Amino acid sequence: MDVKEKFIGPRVSRELLEKERMRFLLPTIFISLGAFLLFISIFFPYWKLVLYAPQYPDGLRVTIYVNRVEGDVREIDILNHYIGMKSLEQAAKLERSISIIAVTCITLLVFTAIYIHNQYAAFFSFPGIVYPIVFLADLYFWLRYYGTNLDPNAPLAGAVKPFIPPLIGEGKIGQFRTVATWEVGLILAFIASLSIIIGLYFHRKAYKPLVDEQNVS
Amino acid sequence: MNNRKILVVGVIMLISLAFVLSNCGKQGMEQGAGKVSVGLSGEVDKVIKERDLTPENVAAAVKTYLPTGRHDEYIMFSSGGHSGQLLVIGIPSMRLLKVVGVFTPEPWQGWGYSKDTKEVLINAMGDKVQWGDTHHPALSETGGEYDGKFVFINDKAHARVAVIDLRDFETKQIVKNPLSLSDHGGAFVTPNTEYVIEGGQYGMPFGYKYASIDEYAEKYRGMVTFWKFDKEKGRIIIEESFALELPPYWQDLCDAGKNASDGWVFCNSFNSEMSTGGIEEGKPPFESGVSQRDMDYLHVINWKKAAETVSQGKFETVEGFKVIPIKTAVEEGILYFIPEPKSPHGVDVTPNGEYLVIAGKLDPHATVYSFSKIKRAIEEKKFSGKDEYGIPILDFDAVKEVQVELGLGPLHTQFDDKGYAYTSLFLESAVVRWTLGGEYAKMHGEEPWRVVTKTSIHYNVGHIAAAEGDTVSPDGKYLVSLNKWAIDRFADVGPLLPQNFQLIDISSKGEKMPLIYDMPIPIGEPHYAQIIKADKLKPWKVYPEVGWDPLTQTKSSYGIKAGEEKVVRKGKQVEIFMTAVRSHFNPERIVVNKGDKIVWHITNIETAHDATHGLAIPYYNINLSIEPGETQTVEFIADREGVFPFYCSEFCSALHLEMMGYLLVKP
Repeated sequence: MDVKEKFIGPRVSRELLEKERMRFLLPTIFISLGAFLLFISIFFPYWKLVLYAPQYPDGLRVTIYVNRVEGDVREIDILNHYIGMKSLEQAAKLERSISIIAVTCITLLVFTAIYIHNQYAAFFSFPGIVYPIVFLADLYFWLRYYGTNLDPNAPLAGAVKPFIPPLIGEGKIGQFRTVATWEVGLILAFIASLSIIIGLYFHRKAYKPLVDEQNVS
Repeated sequence: MNNRKILVVGVIMLISLAFVLSNCGKQGMEQGAGKVSVGLSGEVDKVIKERDLTPENVAAAVKTYLPTGRHDEYIMFSSGGHSGQLLVIGIPSMRLLKVVGVFTPEPWQGWGYSKDTKEVLINAMGDKVQWGDTHHPALSETGGEYDGKFVFINDKAHARVAVIDLRDFETKQIVKNPLSLSDHGGAFVTPNTEYVIEGGQYGMPFGYKYASIDEYAEKYRGMVTFWKFDKEKGRIIIEESFALELPPYWQDLCDAGKNASDGWVFCNSFNSEMSTGGIEEGKPPFESGVSQRDMDYLHVINWKKAAETVSQGKFETVEGFKVIPIKTAVEEGILYFIPEPKSPHGVDVTPNGEYLVIAGKLDPHATVYSFSKIKRAIEEKKFSGKDEYGIPILDFDAVKEVQVELGLGPLHTQFDDKGYAYTSLFLESAVVRWTLGGEYAKMHGEEPWRVVTKTSIHYNVGHIAAAEGDTVSPDGKYLVSLNKWAIDRFADVGPLLPQNFQLIDISSKGEKMPLIYDMPIPIGEPHYAQIIKADKLKPWKVYPEVGWDPLTQTKSSYGIKAGEEKVVRKGKQVEIFMTAVRSHFNPERIVVNKGDKIVWHITNIETAHDATHGLAIPYYNINLSIEPGETQTVEFIADREGVFPFYCSEFCSALHLEMMGYLLVKP
């Protein structure tokens, strides 16, 4: 056994590959599907908040992408300034600036896992698996930070108590009913995560016997 | 095979999961829009009894009622009469939607207070004239159909024409006729809005200069002006416009030909006697002096040929304006007369362009002329003579189609989609429905050129307006009777009464033509109105970009974003770049010295629907309306020292009262 195979796992012989093609194809398909979905998710919105109030019959929308905020941002900022909330542009600046590079790196790591035929594959896939959870945790952090750090000198300071908008489902702030939804991008990321987990399951089924063989020899 | 199955099942599961998740959380957002069918409940019966309503009353109420949030099917643009403004009214609800500032300052819209609007408003007439007598609105047309882009309106008192842009319902241009001080036959447009037509009214020397009234026939003149309109720019191009010199018969209303008669304009007249009044000297007063002859002249004008003649350089320049002299017009075959029963009123062209309906006013008939007969008579030179100015008069019998006895005091005619014509009967206080002939006979299937029915109105109807009723394809459905007198229709409000607009349902054929709504108009005496299908209008909800100049409909060089606010002093001039947003101005304190010239730019940096701010500066006679995205400028000399609290004059938010600032003028 050479040193290379120790790190990237045993290679599969041509005869075995031809004999049990599906056994080795399944992990590749699921993991690469996961990597692919993860990557394209960055082109879709992740999270949306719609605010309903009588004077906004069509509602106000704010849509979060991994690298930007879209929708009625200007109007929401105008309303938020009354209660002393910071402007949305100020939120998650670091995350937004690195998001595209970060997700691309995670995608490449997940792709790499396909060529690793031992337990290290899980290590490479791990960022792809936890990514949507990390996104939600970060979003929660910012929602909490924004809702609980209101400027005490704002025109309506004290009129609204600190609050945390829900990550999903309905909430209420002043005269506004809010509805938060998980959007296509985030759902793709979750599916990617699940697909990678399934891929890893088949990966273990496919390569564990080979790794055991390798260790014995 | 087992593994293959797992793959397929796995992928299907992932797809279904995606579907379920993507719908997750979206439930509960959809608002229930369940429709409940309601029978006439006991409560309705009770109201009907208590208010003593007939079944017809109930039907009228149901036809015109709009539940909250629903919009009207049609929009009517009506003259605002002496208010000098343009009214925008929803049909069938007859709700007043807007009073567009045109010839008179209008504080709510800031019309006539900002630098730009002041310039448009006082254009050519100076700032002495502060009102207008708006008569006839004309929607811009493409192929003879309203296109919903612009509306024009004339000011009879000063011979002016205004251009209103229907993207923001604001006046963009006012042109003053250099020849005359009086117009009536405008505004009307040619079928592709090539020209906006402005016919004159009272004869006067061109340039409204002095000439003794004893020289009436020699020095006084009538006219019709063709204002060239540039649809792209949204402006009348004065340099490309021209007028046609006419005898000093008082030209009245005009209408542009369409379809068969495209390229022609028809204007009637009512003082071919050339009466000059003089009741104080025992001469016949105008009212009888102008009614002596049995016939006046319908003016038949080939505007396409006229435009060609101008482009060939065959014009004179009068008051800096291109004018085709009568002699040239006759030589070039631009101008013909047709006898019409004396002192008629409206001339209205049927949708196919074939018939011209002249209402008799003093004669109970409508005289209908055939355009194909007019064309033939011109070709065959069937003239019965010439007038004193050498203008050929076409033989009446050769061009007349028919005379239809309609009733007393017929004035104006509109059309529908069923082959009917509608004419207002001033003396009878009624609107008469009658059948057209020719190709229209098969549409209504009744005997042509006959009265079908009359609906009484209250009272003294002038113009009428039917839904798209003067286009090439009228819609029928609704007709509004623009009544001059209201007498007993509304609660008394002192001796000056509102006008009465009455809505008539003309959707069914035959004798049914019920009156369904009365709308008081308490700001002037409207004359004409036009009704356009509401979905043809595509107005902006907010201006396209922040820092917008509504006059040029482009970005203003004075528009700024938040954070760019500043005050720049140059000698005795103080230039302010201010923003307005809920709920503050920035800057809030303006400190100047007495005698400084203030140039104050303000930008509403909002983009939300309806988030309008005002800027009221007391003592300096300023109020602006700054709609979302708009930039406006006011200029004034701070000629009085003191403290002037300026404030937002639109209730913009809960902290609206706090949206203010101080203008501090130091001694």
